[in-house]
Amino acid sequence: MPPAAGPAGGTGAQYADRPWLDPDAAPFIRIQGVSKRFGAFTAVGSVDLDIYRGELFSLLGGSGCGKTTLLRMLAGFEIPSGGSITIDGADMTDVPAYRRPVNMMFQSYALFPHMNVESNVAYGLKRDGVAKAEIAKRVGDILEMVELRQFGKRKPHQLSGGQRQRVALARALVKQPKVLLLDEPLGALDKRLREQTQFELMKIQDQLGITFIVVTHDQEEAMTLSTRIAVMDAGNIIQVGEPSEVYERPKTRKIANFIGTINTFEGNIAAGGKGGWHLACPRVREPLRAPKDADIKDGQKALLAIRPEKITMSKSKPGDDKLQSLRGEVLELAYMGNLSIYRVRVDGGQVVQVTAPNLQRIDRNKIDWEDRVYLSWRPENSLILRD
Amino acid sequence: MKKRSTFLFSALCFGMAFLYIPMVLLVVYSFNHSRLVPVWGGFSLRWYKSLFTSEEIWNSLLLSLQIAVVNATFATLLGTFAGLTIARFGRFRGRTLFTGMLSAPLVMPEVITGLSLLLLFITLNELLGWPSSRGMTTITIAHITFSLAYVAVIVQSRLSGMAQDLEEAAQDLGGKPLRVMFDITLPLLAPGMLAGWLLAFTLSLDDLVIASFVSGPGANTLPMLIYSRVRLGLRPDINALATIIIFTVAVGVALAGWLLLRQRKQRERDMRMASA
Amino acid sequence: MSAGRNADSPQHRALLRNLLPGLMRGLLPGVARDLTRKIDNFLQAHWRGLTISVPFLWLLVFFLVPFFIVLKISLAESLIASPPFSPLTEWAEDGALRVRLLFDNFAYLWEDKLYVETYLNSLKISGISTAFCLLIGYPIAYGIVRAASPAKHILLLLIILPFWTSFLLRVYAWMGILADQGTINNILIWAGLIERPVRLLYSEFAVYVGIVYSYLPFMILPLYASMEKLDMTLNEAASDLGAHPAVTFLTVTLPLTVPGIIAGSLLVFIPATGEFVIPDLLGGGNVLMIGKVLYGEFNANRDWPVAAAVAIALLVVLVAPMMLYQHFQSGESSRGAGKGA
Repeated sequence: MPPAAGPAGGTGAQYADRPWLDPDAAPFIRIQGVSKRFGAFTAVGSVDLDIYRGELFSLLGGSGCGKTTLLRMLAGFEIPSGGSITIDGADMTDVPAYRRPVNMMFQSYALFPHMNVESNVAYGLKRDGVAKAEIAKRVGDILEMVELRQFGKRKPHQLSGGQRQRVALARALVKQPKVLLLDEPLGALDKRLREQTQFELMKIQDQLGITFIVVTHDQEEAMTLSTRIAVMDAGNIIQVGEPSEVYERPKTRKIANFIGTINTFEGNIAAGGKGGWHLACPRVREPLRAPKDADIKDGQKALLAIRPEKITMSKSKPGDDKLQSLRGEVLELAYMGNLSIYRVRVDGGQVVQVTAPNLQRIDRNKIDWEDRVYLSWRPENSLILRD
Repeated sequence: MKKRSTFLFSALCFGMAFLYIPMVLLVVYSFNHSRLVPVWGGFSLRWYKSLFTSEEIWNSLLLSLQIAVVNATFATLLGTFAGLTIARFGRFRGRTLFTGMLSAPLVMPEVITGLSLLLLFITLNELLGWPSSRGMTTITIAHITFSLAYVAVIVQSRLSGMAQDLEEAAQDLGGKPLRVMFDITLPLLAPGMLAGWLLAFTLSLDDLVIASFVSGPGANTLPMLIYSRVRLGLRPDINALATIIIFTVAVGVALAGWLLLRQRKQRERDMRMASA
Repeated sequence: MSAGRNADSPQHRALLRNLLPGLMRGLLPGVARDLTRKIDNFLQAHWRGLTISVPFLWLLVFFLVPFFIVLKISLAESLIASPPFSPLTEWAEDGALRVRLLFDNFAYLWEDKLYVETYLNSLKISGISTAFCLLIGYPIAYGIVRAASPAKHILLLLIILPFWTSFLLRVYAWMGILADQGTINNILIWAGLIERPVRLLYSEFAVYVGIVYSYLPFMILPLYASMEKLDMTLNEAASDLGAHPAVTFLTVTLPLTVPGIIAGSLLVFIPATGEFVIPDLLGGGNVLMIGKVLYGEFNANRDWPVAAAVAIALLVVLVAPMMLYQHFQSGESSRGAGKGA
């Protein structure tokens, strides 16, 4: 993402890449008060969501959070129990799947086993009554794009997992839908292929300018792919924002824990020196400084959170007294190659996780098991979370 | 999706009505006092009485049950062997012939099976002096021959659905193949064998054509007796018999269904306990 | 032998009393163990062979051999005797006789228009019945597959249930419905639609009804099995790509259930062609089907060579569909095995 203008005012042009920041921009997909109940079970509570043209939008959440149901309502496989869905200005709420300008890439790919790759890709175009020559051309072009030209005559079972995934993508894209829905698009691929395909997906999306909505449970995938992420839990959207925003400013402990790892300290707020606030945590000896921008009151119960990579660890006491610093002892360490993960028990008993990049190949000053260390961070890098 | 299923729903209703109305009528007419089966002449149990006092019926029922039990037992044994052979023993000489002989009885018209077995028995009698008379033994042999094929199908499908890694694990832990067969394969196969036994039992009870071919004078199975009575027209006492059979089967199936349901519920409870 | 060493001496007896059980304990189990080990070794070495050979021999003796006997007898001459055919053992003496006889029984079938017509009629009746079973059974099977879980199992049970009741009695039930004074005629007369009974029983129509009724479950179950395997997301995918439900059915569901359609059709067609009970009870003397002719040749006419020839000819007619069915079944099971691996 190129750096764009901040949230403070401006005309449409400034928001070219981030239309969600523009209060005047018209959303491309508008989900209003959509809910879905199966009998007594509520799969989707009441969801309001605006998605803009050209976005690569992720619905992120654990299993059973309602993300797939929401996607299926967008595709037209489920009819909402309440609310409405508008795509490009047209009400889609009751339009059957086969009349929606929306295509889906299924988690299982759902390739027709009795048809070869070409017939699979051509299927949607045939349904639209596109002329034969045109079908041949478009199928050829799209297979070219996903690098499967020479596999046109193969049946799905003669393809590898990655190739099937690309056929499924080609089949959904060839109709040039207004919105492409992707249900766990990379879920069935192994790690290496997944990383590679992520970038391919982004490239294709950029080339075609089609709005993508991705359902995923993989927070890393959502972070790398998306323009914005909606985090879902128990049928509701609990936060929407750009990846960095969701990561750096999670609204709740749940979100913070779901996206990455975070250390949390529970305690009570008390007035500290110089007009700041402190958090008295029974499991940490020293009081913890709260970030300045936090909206808190004296005596309130609160949760202070800090990401592991934002903590610095040293054997000597850090000089800067603006830093929050704690003493502790290394309990465990795990070498991960590019970085190491430490679990440190700070004085008072709480265990804190710290990650540190392995900058040197041979580190003479290496921190080891049972070393006494100082942990430090800038208070503004910590967060006060709602529970 | 739900809207479209009106058609499927009516198809289901029609199908069930088509399958079950004749049976319901069969039951209703059995309580008809009138000798003219479909003409209602008031409620009566007289046909049940005449059924129960008929020695002929009792004799043939007894014969049929005897044949069915012996048949089911032998067919289960042989069919399990055959199913094991197909599913687990891989290639051996004559496998194609074996699978062919095993599946042919499933689709062979009964008249041909019956005729060929009869001619076999006659030839054997000519050559070896056995069987000197035809009856229970010949019917049982004939029934085993086609029942074992059905049992083999059930056993085979259960075995192929059963992961071979259990057997491999047992071998890995030191079980010799035969030990593994008794410790692992057969216990897991038991429900399939029971299903096979029941199927063989009912196939035997149900068979008319083959039994008529290979039976001799005097040996009348229940279907043969029913057939000899109904081929001349409607017989209210046969309606009574049909009612009894239908209710026996219904009760049996309901009982089996209830047991299965209870078992499944228990398993679900166990799984909830385990995961809690 | 001195008295001291008398075998009956108390010492000796005491010795025996102590020794014998010891010996027994030591020796007999040894023998028994040896025997069980021998049996065990034998089984360990040969159980596979035994498991294969028992059903193999059974089928050889009671399935394959009888088939060749039918073939031989179909070539024999009919006699008025018991058994009513020329002895098999005499043939070998005269090779020429054998050839003549081969032509005799089969030529008789071919020349007698009745037999040819009966064969064709059987094929026609079972073919049309199969088509009706498919038309009725397909939506039923699809309805069951689409039903929610508890209802699905109950419906499936209801389809299988008739298998467990008597086939003969289910055919008999239609005699009561179709008879001149049967249910249908009674209702029609009561409703004032007709004045005198319509002939339903003892007609080709009754045979069709009987076959469709009796064999419908044989059609539904393979169809259900092939539909159950269908991945419902394929329907969603088709719908997503713009296919109307009817188009989805024709382009996705139907082609993918072809194995079920073929298996079900063969399971109905093959036995229905040789059906005896239904044409006999519901068709009476008015419907000619080959199974009934065979039974009649054998039972009433006691012309066993002709009956055997009829059987062989029936088998020739059915051998292609039977092979097709076997081919499909083995294909299915090997695919299933592949999936499990």
